[in-house]
Amino acid sequence: MSVTLRPVFEPTRGLRSDRVTHYCPGCTHGVAHRLVAEVLEELGVLERTVGVASVGCSVLAYNYFLVDMQEAAHGRAPAVATGIKRVLPDRVVFAYQGDGDLAAIGMAEIVHAAARGENITVIFINNANYGMTSGQMAPTTLVGQRTTTTPLGRDPAQAGYPIRVAELLDTLDGPAYIARGSLHDTAHVLQAKRYIRKAFQAQLEGRGFSLVELLSSCPTNWGLEPVEALDFIRERLVPHYPLGELRKPEGVR
Amino acid sequence: MERTLIVAGFGGQGVLSLGMVIARAGMSEGYEVSWLPSYGPEQRGGTANCHVILSDEPVACPLVGHPQTLIAFNLPSLEKFAQRVVPGGEILVESGLEAAVTREDVRLYALPALEEANRFGDTRVANMVMLGAWLELHPILGDEAIEDALRRVISKRHHDLLPLDLEAIRAGRRLMAMARA
Amino acid sequence: MGERELMKGNEAMAEAAIRAGCRYFFGYPITPQSELLEYMARHLAGRGGVFLQAESEVSAINMVYGAAGAGARVMTATSSPGFSLMQEGLSYMAGAELPAVVVNVVRGGPGLGGLQPAQSDYFQATKGGGHGDYRLIVLAPSSPQEAADLVYEAFDVADRYRNVVLILADSILAQAMEPVELPPARDPASLPAKPWATVGRGERAEPNLVNSLYLAAEDLWALNQRLQAKYRRIEAEETRWAEEWTEEADWLVVAYGSMARIALAAIRQLRREEGLRVGLFRPISLWPFPSRALARRAAGTRGVLTMEMSTGQMVEDVRLAVEGAVPVRFFGKTGGVVPEVEEAVEAIRRMVAETEPRHAHPVR
Repeated sequence: MSVTLRPVFEPTRGLRSDRVTHYCPGCTHGVAHRLVAEVLEELGVLERTVGVASVGCSVLAYNYFLVDMQEAAHGRAPAVATGIKRVLPDRVVFAYQGDGDLAAIGMAEIVHAAARGENITVIFINNANYGMTSGQMAPTTLVGQRTTTTPLGRDPAQAGYPIRVAELLDTLDGPAYIARGSLHDTAHVLQAKRYIRKAFQAQLEGRGFSLVELLSSCPTNWGLEPVEALDFIRERLVPHYPLGELRKPEGVR
Repeated sequence: MERTLIVAGFGGQGVLSLGMVIARAGMSEGYEVSWLPSYGPEQRGGTANCHVILSDEPVACPLVGHPQTLIAFNLPSLEKFAQRVVPGGEILVESGLEAAVTREDVRLYALPALEEANRFGDTRVANMVMLGAWLELHPILGDEAIEDALRRVISKRHHDLLPLDLEAIRAGRRLMAMARA
Repeated sequence: MGERELMKGNEAMAEAAIRAGCRYFFGYPITPQSELLEYMARHLAGRGGVFLQAESEVSAINMVYGAAGAGARVMTATSSPGFSLMQEGLSYMAGAELPAVVVNVVRGGPGLGGLQPAQSDYFQATKGGGHGDYRLIVLAPSSPQEAADLVYEAFDVADRYRNVVLILADSILAQAMEPVELPPARDPASLPAKPWATVGRGERAEPNLVNSLYLAAEDLWALNQRLQAKYRRIEAEETRWAEEWTEEADWLVVAYGSMARIALAAIRQLRREEGLRVGLFRPISLWPFPSRALARRAAGTRGVLTMEMSTGQMVEDVRLAVEGAVPVRFFGKTGGVVPEVEEAVEAIRRMVAETEPRHAHPVR
């Protein structure tokens, strides 16, 4: 009797299979990378994609994605992606940014890229702190959350309130697609992938700016075990940063 | 041959385009030319002036420190530049401002450019009246060169004003001819 | 070549860029460069290009970074305060070795400064400007015609070395109108390919990467060595200057940009009226600075006078070049106060008096 072996799982061609990432154990950056790479592969656009890495934990993303990449200055990825897309309108251009990069130093760039309806896709990793520089307060840090620069917990009287990026950008006319997903369990990972796919689909259809915010874990800087960190997303981040599609182009289900 | 001018007035009085017409016409007549504007940050109503040079040799420096001619449309311009005119040079002013000129070593021409422009029903062509007056003093630019320059300097949406501009230039020539007579 | 057209320096630079095959412009409004921006806004779309008004100079230079990395001929223009904001992007472009042309129409500083012409950004332009060991190729035109010619050539130079070329202008030459003969238009499709650009991997096995991050010290050291080797090559091949009456000159005036025009008028007057044998040495590339040529010229003279619309910046490079062989004096005004020709004449007379052989002893 002959047995036909059918692969049930393969590495994506969008990521280098020969590299071990520098991400901490339990960090969900790797999951987000994989989702983006899988979507680009499934859409058949790996060969005509240009990615933009930012400054933060994902600064070395160009070492993992098997697509042409540019490394941008801190916060400037949407401007760099704009430059690329305006020169190469038929390529797929995405920026991959963290919350310090996008929502603090790069707030002007993201808001204006969105307002222009720039036909790019932004993957926005929200882990409620600065990971790379070891756990300082980010614009997304929750009230009361301890970080190395809010050692007693974020006090709004002193440090203000967290920014909901997806909602903020949803006030603009420019964006075509805005969604917030989470990476804390399998069901949500699959949902996040659907969001990412729709975001790139919107770009391919020339509909304009798309952004997917992903709630992501940072066990090292949160001082939690990997599983506890996923619980933290579910219990603390999701209630403050509601999940779902905030903006969809007409005709998209 | 070298001709140097400073044209000065309020922004919106057409001082920059007056100078530009002279420079453009000078170029088509084969002179080396330069035109340099200077204006305050205000879009309208601030003071504006331009430096113009027509020369047989390449223009060394587009800045005119001491002009042969000052065309002044208002008092602040006159006060700012009158002392800079070279001895033996000339000052063209709007009538009524001449009393402010204290120099004895320059020729002074006071011309009712605004009044003349008003007779055409458009005070915007006062600058063209002054241009005509200057051309009467310096017959180095042909009518064809001036017309061509006007067509290039005046924005296309104002080209319906061209006949009026030419008429204003002729009026300025007449005023100057009378002033000299 | 076409006929001569009366053009502002700003417009001449914009048109020359388009003719050089530049189809992408990202900029932010600031006086006194706005005519360049507006010219691009009016003309680029109709000629198959893209004009985009950015939200800041910071964004503009990073759009330039992206476009240059994607292989395009791209340009931005600004004035001093905006140029300060671009330093971050320029440093990254130096690290990633991206070619582009940047125009700085210098205005008086520091701070918000003023709108009038100045040359007070010389240090920032020629010594790097941002963080790290790097250089921009800095070209300083002195007329609208030369501005057009240098911008046109700057794109080739930038591509040849994968380096930013900075056109250091001032608002006299940017706003002045003079006759300009424009260079012939080049088809962007005819330009040399850039196999390093990030345009999508296509058939390539290895992705292309535009990057200035080197976490291993030895890798960053290697990058810097490569950059320095490139800079030495640029020094050897791209040093430019112009001279007027320097053969057998007894004195030398060193000035660039519009200040050189003022100096030229002063020298012309002194030669004509007083028979003084004064020559003009005009650096065109401010980096690389024409040190050797200047040293050679200065050697036979009695003294050198550097004139700037600053409180004395280029004079440091002049002193380094001359190495004390002859006295180097300075005359300058800044803050938007443009020296008059008479003042320049006076400054030259002063130098002449102080360096005449009869003054073997200190004058004061």
